[in-house]
Amino acid sequence: MDTGLLKKAPPTRRRGSSDRRTELLLGALAVGVLALIGLLLVTVLVKAWPSFSHNGYIKWFFPGGDVDTQLSAIENARPGSGNALYHLRAWPLLWATFLTTGLAVLFGLVLSTLSAIFIVEFAPRAMQRVLDPVVRLLAGVPSVIYGLIGVLALAPWIEEHLISEQRKESVTYVVQLTGTNLGLAVLILTVMITPIMVAISTSALASVPSAWTEGSAALGVNRWRTIWRVSLRTARPAIIAGAVLATGRALGEAIMLSLVAGGRSFAPNLLDGLTVLFEPARPAAATLLTYIDGISDPYLAHALYAIGAVLLVSCGLLSLAAWAAKQPLKRYGIRT
Amino acid sequence: MASDPQALPPPLRPRRVGTGAAARPRDSISAWPLIDRLGYVLCWAAGLTLCAIAGAIVLFMLVKGISYLRPSLLVQSPAPSTVQSASGGFLDPIEGTLIITGIGICLAAPVGVALAAWLSEYHRPAWLARAVESAIEMIAGVPSVLLAIFGLLVFAPRFLAFLSQTSAGGSVYGKSFVIAGIMMSVLALPLIVGATREGLAQIPGHVREASYALGKTQATTLRRVLLPSIRTDIAAGATLGIGRIIGDTAIVVILAGGTLQLDRTGTAPILSILRGTGSSLTSYIYYNSPVGEGHAPQKAYAAAFLLLMVVLGLNMIVTLLSSELSFNPVAWMFTNTWTRRLRGSAPEEGQET
Repeated sequence: MDTGLLKKAPPTRRRGSSDRRTELLLGALAVGVLALIGLLLVTVLVKAWPSFSHNGYIKWFFPGGDVDTQLSAIENARPGSGNALYHLRAWPLLWATFLTTGLAVLFGLVLSTLSAIFIVEFAPRAMQRVLDPVVRLLAGVPSVIYGLIGVLALAPWIEEHLISEQRKESVTYVVQLTGTNLGLAVLILTVMITPIMVAISTSALASVPSAWTEGSAALGVNRWRTIWRVSLRTARPAIIAGAVLATGRALGEAIMLSLVAGGRSFAPNLLDGLTVLFEPARPAAATLLTYIDGISDPYLAHALYAIGAVLLVSCGLLSLAAWAAKQPLKRYGIRT
Repeated sequence: MASDPQALPPPLRPRRVGTGAAARPRDSISAWPLIDRLGYVLCWAAGLTLCAIAGAIVLFMLVKGISYLRPSLLVQSPAPSTVQSASGGFLDPIEGTLIITGIGICLAAPVGVALAAWLSEYHRPAWLARAVESAIEMIAGVPSVLLAIFGLLVFAPRFLAFLSQTSAGGSVYGKSFVIAGIMMSVLALPLIVGATREGLAQIPGHVREASYALGKTQATTLRRVLLPSIRTDIAAGATLGIGRIIGDTAIVVILAGGTLQLDRTGTAPILSILRGTGSSLTSYIYYNSPVGEGHAPQKAYAAAFLLLMVVLGLNMIVTLLSSELSFNPVAWMFTNTWTRRLRGSAPEEGQET
């Protein structure tokens, strides 16, 4: 079906003035929304700029000291005290964001791809009927509930059973290990973003042309290898795009992470081995939430908007990446 | 069958009975190589894990909810107290949730439908339409905490003071229910735009042609023919939007102020509440969690249970609607990028007849 021709204009000889008016009205509304979003980008970037420029742009992203100390120094500094008004090295926040997001997306990718294959190919009818609402439920549970369960139910259990005294002592001079930590944050974040990826992968797998899989089966390839080699490969762009969108979601998660990630601007050290999973962290979005009460202070506001600007730009780039990732699907003629 | 004149002549060779095992070896899982069987098992494990997690969450919240939720909590206002038995209920947060959701969806639904109509039916000039499309795609991906700090910035100027709470000295906080509602509507907008566009894309071209042939203008066709026929899609989009708004915490925590009670600004009867600050169920949970100032786990659990029930109810509405929908609402909640659903191709073939 091609509606492209019809969308251009109705075949009336002269378009009535009310029709014209409707189009202009709707168009004006669209321009308004566009302007609002442009305003969002511009204001946040403008507000953030002093923080970047006073820190020498690239150095803003570097490691160097404790972010919490720097932020409270910014908040307490009097005007005229020079460098302390802006000094910020945001690496621990960015590193924590990177770790939580990266690990959660990695685990989520595996879990979601397997469950998508299960839903499309192997699940009995009854199971399929259960899994659909299950995915919807997991996707719909508000993040604050995930966070609450994490901090009230899982964190005490982890602190009691999973963190040994030895482990605590091994890093006692650097950081204190508690139940709220990087590992728990990654675990819950994985559960939160998996449904997004499952939903997208499921629809992509279901839309693989059946002639392709049948062709593979006719050549004597067994079902698993057909799925692995044909279906999954065809759906790969969609799976990647799903992962990219899930990344955006994980980047911006603030509430849940501020509850369960440990709430200290500590950069988890990969050299600590498995202990890294029990170290606290605080990703960028959660940091915004923590310091939000101080935003009336103009200098702290610059720092916070700078963190926000980094998130905003990454999310923009991610939505661009998702768009680019699913382009190959169009070549296959799969409309997702 | 025998009397059918179109019946095929009998086959020359008798057909094998049972095309299964006798004809060719069936692809049974037990015959797969070990590694393939491992994959099969992992798939089952993944599916069951998802079910187990969902089951555990619902069961856990049910147990906690039943043990802590009392009817009296629903009608009492929160009170400042460190003792959980004396800190009141969550009447005000429930009212706050209703106010914010109401404002949000009342703004988002008309704007979203209008935007979608313009994008799908007019779409000119093309460059502007494409810009709007990508802008909406972008806000679908913007974290709500960013929308919140943006709201703080935009509503702080003096001339917008009538919308928000102001301090005694006259400085504008940029915080109020109205402002939270407005930013919430931005959050719900992509969902409604997407659902509406989805519905409009599913209407076959001949419906529009028929309307044009009767001499109707494009605007009339849109209003009288197209939009009424996609009511279900719009309703589903709006329900998803409500779910998104109800579940969001960051915007409420940042934009609706830091008090649990409704804090009025001014004296006008309804306006004072709208301009004032307060809390919603989500921010109530946040304040009563170990991270917040309240730290009353029992109250937090009770409110969380109530919230979960509301979300489940909304989910059920979407499920009921989705039998009539042309798209899969789950994929939808997150990705308006994925506009055309694959399922869309099936009805199209049928409709063209």
